Amino acid sequence: MRPPRHPPFLLMLTTASSLEATPSETAGLGLSTGVRGLALLGGAAVVVLILIAVKGYQPAAQATANGLVAGTYFALGAVGLALVFGVLRLVNFAHGDFLTFGAYAALLANAFFRLPIIVATAIAIAATALLGTILELAIWRPMRARRAGGLQLLLIAIGLAYVIRNGIQIAAGTEPRSLQVDVTSAVSFMGGIRLGTTELTVVLVGLVVLVLVAIMLSVSRLGKEMRALADNVGLAEVAGVDTGRVIIATWLVAGGLAGLAGVLVAAAVGVLTPQFGFQLLLSLFAATILGGIGNAYGALAGGLLLGLTQEWSTLFIDPRWKLAVGFAILILTLLIRPNGLLGRPALK
Amino acid sequence: MTLYLIGIAPFAHADFWLGVGIVAGIYSIFTLGLQLNVGFTGIVNLGQAGFMAIGAYAMAILIVTYGWSPWLALPVATLIAMLAGVIVAMPAVRLRGDYLAIATIAAAEIVQSTAQNAISLTGGNNGLLGFDAAWQTIQVWLLGALSTIGLGDMDQIPLFAVTWITFAVLLAILVTLQHTPWGRVLRAIREDEDAAEALGKNAYAYKVQSLALAAGIGAIAGYLLAINITLIYPGTYSADFTFIGFAILVLGGLGSYSGVALGSVLLWFVLEGARFLDLPLSADKVAALRLLIVGLVLILVMALRPQGILGKREEMVLRG
Repeated sequence: MRPPRHPPFLLMLTTASSLEATPSETAGLGLSTGVRGLALLGGAAVVVLILIAVKGYQPAAQATANGLVAGTYFALGAVGLALVFGVLRLVNFAHGDFLTFGAYAALLANAFFRLPIIVATAIAIAATALLGTILELAIWRPMRARRAGGLQLLLIAIGLAYVIRNGIQIAAGTEPRSLQVDVTSAVSFMGGIRLGTTELTVVLVGLVVLVLVAIMLSVSRLGKEMRALADNVGLAEVAGVDTGRVIIATWLVAGGLAGLAGVLVAAAVGVLTPQFGFQLLLSLFAATILGGIGNAYGALAGGLLLGLTQEWSTLFIDPRWKLAVGFAILILTLLIRPNGLLGRPALK
Repeated sequence: MTLYLIGIAPFAHADFWLGVGIVAGIYSIFTLGLQLNVGFTGIVNLGQAGFMAIGAYAMAILIVTYGWSPWLALPVATLIAMLAGVIVAMPAVRLRGDYLAIATIAAAEIVQSTAQNAISLTGGNNGLLGFDAAWQTIQVWLLGALSTIGLGDMDQIPLFAVTWITFAVLLAILVTLQHTPWGRVLRAIREDEDAAEALGKNAYAYKVQSLALAAGIGAIAGYLLAINITLIYPGTYSADFTFIGFAILVLGGLGSYSGVALGSVLLWFVLEGARFLDLPLSADKVAALRLLIVGLVLILVMALRPQGILGKREEMVLRG
């Protein structure tokens, strides 16, 4: 299969070269991240302009809007994955199934107990945050105490993914289900972009939460402690960070965001099956790696970028290849810039 | 089916258990490749199902679409799978352990996506048929030979025998390789890559070779799987296959090639034995229950006895 020349490669080249400017930068966060973020934003804007020039306004704008829908839930899912990796050095293969868990918790509240979707979403967030915390206390903390190796933790996470997913499947069955949301009405705006009202709500809710998360990480004490722990556990502890408390908080945040992301995916896509979270997992990895694994800001940007790139690719190749495009981006990022677009330069 | 059937007439189920034995054998062969990578080289290959798919699809496409003789198609398809192993390994083995795991599973998902979407090549979700004419001929001949000793109605015996003979041959090759200088270098790399490099060993080349060899072994498992279900379609080669392989791997024990067979037989005895429990569950829920057991095996073995049944604790290394 000959890879067609399409924007992802272009984008990567432009951003990569504009980022080479600060190779000696060692603090991955702070100002440099802001500068890189702006560079990414600029790169994305350039791509949109090029796409409009090549493919016309309406298709390019529509693909961009679709990309933002997918991008927001990728970003919400990926930020939790990145936080857990950053703070615990754990590649949480069960994170995709956290999304499934949240979506089914909302389904139970919404479709079975007839609660309004907002209440159901709150229940999903709380339930998934609780799931993350329970797993921390029941499995991850004892395993750390036993100094379990990386392979052990990886395989336990994969095992957990199977238990959660198939537990849901045994409880709820495989048939596709839907939340009680409006899937028919749509709105048109900005000269011919058409989105379902639910999709629009998903984007708006998602973007607001993403901004809140970014603010939480940058200004709140907890956010700073999380980033300090992600940076250097030893230094953070010497500086007086209560590791145990921050780890619990990390699971609460990661789980809550995963639960929300699960509900948003289910609402935007329209149907959910017990498999959807695991199917999304690799896209979440791709978003995380794109942004620099362990870097929460990077995951936010990486998620949006991945959603956009996948939808942009549909302007040039059959949409059936959308997922494969995401995985190809994942592998290419690992090859070309293994520390991600927003990550710091290589540290061995 | 209910439990008492086993008690009354064990041989009524002989054909059923032979079928389970075939599946266990195919998984054993598949997991030998994982053992070479994970247990003996320290690289976590989560893309083994992808290499298996490449081998099986290449074999079927060469035979069905291009009319090749199976005796030529099999070695060529194995080489194609190994080449895919080299292509994935060349960039991937430079990465840290967990990145490598993610890169390999992403590669396998691209294979899966290609199998589903490149319909003119792979038949899409309908899959490919008609690649096993030569096997049918061999099977008829073998069944004829079996009927002379009164076993002609046990039509699973030929594939069972071929599968486990293949396993035994591969096992002998891998155990022998492990005692050559090549095998010792692999383990040295797993233990301390820098030390191996300092001794002048090209760790990168050895890791690429390890992954390529595992891909070839995966392809062989793929041929037997294709023959067993007489059809090649994308769903057979999903990531589940790889993760069941990992459950077998850790159950048998890392760093033990014969443990692979033990793990596979044990796991499949439990998974298929669950059919006799007469659970009040629909078919898709029973399938989910089986994968849930796979997940529990992974968690429990890793938490309670990470070296598995036959493995050694000091053989557990993930390059960090």
